[in-house]
Amino acid sequence: MALIRLILALTLLAMASGAVAAGIELREFDDPVKEKRYHDLTASMRCPLCENQAINDSDAPISADMRERVYRLLEDGRSDTEIINHMVQRFGEYILYNPRLESRTYLLWGLPFALVLLGAVIVVLMVRARRHASAKALSAEERQRIDALINRKGSS
Amino acid sequence: MKRRLLLLLLPVCFLGLALFFYQGLALDPSQRDSALMAREFPPFEATTLRDETQRVDQSLLAGEVTLVNVWGEWCPACKQEMPQLLELADHGIRMVGVNYRDTREKGLAFLSEFGDPFETNIFDPEGDLGFDLGVYGAPETFLVDADGVIRYHHKGYVSPQDVRERILPEVEKWR
Repeated sequence: MALIRLILALTLLAMASGAVAAGIELREFDDPVKEKRYHDLTASMRCPLCENQAINDSDAPISADMRERVYRLLEDGRSDTEIINHMVQRFGEYILYNPRLESRTYLLWGLPFALVLLGAVIVVLMVRARRHASAKALSAEERQRIDALINRKGSS
Repeated sequence: MKRRLLLLLLPVCFLGLALFFYQGLALDPSQRDSALMAREFPPFEATTLRDETQRVDQSLLAGEVTLVNVWGEWCPACKQEMPQLLELADHGIRMVGVNYRDTREKGLAFLSEFGDPFETNIFDPEGDLGFDLGVYGAPETFLVDADGVIRYHHKGYVSPQDVRERILPEVEKWR
């Protein structure tokens, strides 16, 4: 038991020192709301250099600079929108994982809704067409044929 | 007939999307434009690399088309592009350096070893000006027109071919 505990402690220690070695600094916040905003903001921005990492997950120097700036602006009392604008002004829309809704991104945001709408229209049209077909009355000639077929089967 | 057309809708949609995404595959995300394109050079206040008592600000860039090169002693590509920058200076283009995240000693040693095409070097040890310029890896080169507006941005190493085919034509365009 003691051995397991020792191994567990050593593993945790190794993991902790690994996190420090990755260069993501730990920050202290007095205010838990600010801390949450810091984590959300740094998770929502893409590292301009490493492309598929958020700045809270990357040890590129520019990501460290950006985290530092987010932290300073938060301590400065700026709003989330102000901080995002501050970053986009310098590094471009590219750094936002969630592109903003503007004329350039209407297609991006609108296409899924347009496709769902298109699908709904197609389903409605198909259902209506089918109902129409089944409701159509049989002609006298068709009735006669059906009767003939049923009777033939019954008589044999 | 109408039914047939309806059946065609799906493959047509698929083809359209496939073409759209295929085009996206060919785009290089690292070749995106700087967010500062067509905007004024960000205001700054700094000392120069050679003289820590000399203060400079954005007015340094007014009056003439200037190439601003962001470099550091720690950056290997900066060393490789120095001959090209010296050639650009030989063409009579005004060059201003931004010594980015460096120390004075190392920066000056770099200039004496690889040559100095720069009229002035802005000393930016904390990378503040670099941050305002949206620099995320040296070298980066900005073309600033006589009104202090950024007109062209070159990300990364400047090759001799880049000098001939991109930078010289851009300088001519904005002069």
